[in-house]
Amino acid sequence: MERTHDPAALASICKQIRRHIITMTGAAKSGHPGGSLSAVEVVVTLYWDVMRHDPARPDWPDRDRFILSKGHAAPVLYATLAECGYTPKETLNTLRKFGSIYQGHPDKRFIPALEASTGSLGEGLSVGIGMALAARLDGKDYRTYVMLGDGEIQEGQIWEAAMFASFHKVDNLCAIVDYNKLQLDGFVKEILDLEPLADKWRAFGWHVIELDGHDIPALQKAFAEAAATKGKPTVIIAHTIKGKGVSFMENSPKYHGVAPTPEEVELALKELA
Amino acid sequence: MLTAAKYEKKLGAATREAFGRTLVELGRQNADIVVGDADLTKSTMTTYFAKEFPDRLFECGIAEANMVAIGAGLALAGKIPFVSSFSAFVMTKGFEQLRVLVAYPNVNLKVVGTHSGISIGEDGPSQMSVEEIALACALPNFVVLSPADETATRWAVRWAAAHRGPVFIRTGRPKAPIVYNDGAQFEMGKAVELVPGSDVTLVATGLLVAEALLAAGQLEGEGISARVLDIHTVKPLDEDALERAARETGALVVAEEHLVDSGLGVRVAQALAKRCPAPVEFVGLHGYAESGSPDELLDKYDLRAPDIAAAARRALARKG
Repeated sequence: MERTHDPAALASICKQIRRHIITMTGAAKSGHPGGSLSAVEVVVTLYWDVMRHDPARPDWPDRDRFILSKGHAAPVLYATLAECGYTPKETLNTLRKFGSIYQGHPDKRFIPALEASTGSLGEGLSVGIGMALAARLDGKDYRTYVMLGDGEIQEGQIWEAAMFASFHKVDNLCAIVDYNKLQLDGFVKEILDLEPLADKWRAFGWHVIELDGHDIPALQKAFAEAAATKGKPTVIIAHTIKGKGVSFMENSPKYHGVAPTPEEVELALKELA
Repeated sequence: MLTAAKYEKKLGAATREAFGRTLVELGRQNADIVVGDADLTKSTMTTYFAKEFPDRLFECGIAEANMVAIGAGLALAGKIPFVSSFSAFVMTKGFEQLRVLVAYPNVNLKVVGTHSGISIGEDGPSQMSVEEIALACALPNFVVLSPADETATRWAVRWAAAHRGPVFIRTGRPKAPIVYNDGAQFEMGKAVELVPGSDVTLVATGLLVAEALLAAGQLEGEGISARVLDIHTVKPLDEDALERAARETGALVVAEEHLVDSGLGVRVAQALAKRCPAPVEFVGLHGYAESGSPDELLDKYDLRAPDIAAAARRALARKG
């Protein structure tokens, strides 16, 4: 992999990741394309620019950690790990198939480079706190990033973790909420509204940054601000579009958990050419 | 080896106390040992560890699910975390996290439940854990330990720290009758034959091991030779010892401070069904208990030596 700080180069990697997401879920005939597409800029900015990591040394003790707490967005992480060189690109299209390392949800048993097995929502932030506390005990400066879904933070454990992290000043931890406004049953604001979301995190003692989650320079700036913020953890509320990059998938609840048909794959890839 | 008639019930330290003390010793030996607690350090006895290693004790407040998941994160980053609360809380409120974050990826977390069974006493059923052997044994990759006394607990905690993988240890609130001498040796997964016997086998775990020893003494007075097995490791179960017991004594009793429908008894029955079917009688709980002193409750809910002896006679009567 070639790291880059150039937003245009990162945007072009994003496009490649989106193509993988479409072909992978299309081949699998199931999966979660919408919430994978919304998270692309965040994940790509982290892996190609922000995070300290080395695909040749997945167990490097000083590496930054990334936990995909919204584990159903596995395709965006698998495509990223493959493009970085952690896992093979050639088999991405075996996603969800019997015998594939690309399991339905991230599974550490099949991909040791994953920091955690996720899939049951609401748990990843606590796991990230554990890693951040270990870094502190060991006197290491690695940072831990946890990507949360917006629907996911309806889980009560998120708020147990939020309370803990600020009280214990876990400032080597950064959470990102992929606020794409949709969950399986429909619009978040109609299922169980999160608003006022920034106020909630502030009330829980977090440093809050709100931004357009597809704006790469804004993300770069936000991650730098998070790293520079001492004494409290940072949450980046990333306003995103579910299905981003594929016109007919954008803002459509349908593509939370439904894969594109072969015709839709073809159309989508044209848009992402 | 003991002879049944000679067993004298003498109280030692509570198993939770032995856990707390052993944790401190381990903490001195290994800086990677860290502890999580959920506002019960003075009850789980992690308070000793907290005093000596304040930076390595994570007080999580009353949030068990978060505590278990933080423990998983600490383990994934190379620490050896022990998380502790009442069994009734950590195993139920933390169960989903134990399933997905610990058992399934085989993460190196140690869970110590205290105040197990009804012998917590006055606090009543909301605090009494009578289901957690079922919950812990339901989790693949977990080793489930249920020590009978302080010596067995010290071994269990040391063994858990040295083992790479998830472990659940069941401990209790009241002072526990002494079963073992200081220097007793244990082997994970190997039942201890405390008393030899040829007519019937009393299989017990935790607090009821002492009651089984007393029961063996009572039966000896009636001319019945009862073997006593301490199942300090509920999972993996010592099927060899159980098979031997079934072949050599032909009838068994299982005694536990747990619901009979989901505890050690069903695991023993499963093992015997595979290896050597034999009549088995079950001493345990059939529902939720109530407030009272531990002794009053053990009496009322039929978890005493006379109850085990009566079950042994029933098992004997069913022998072919």
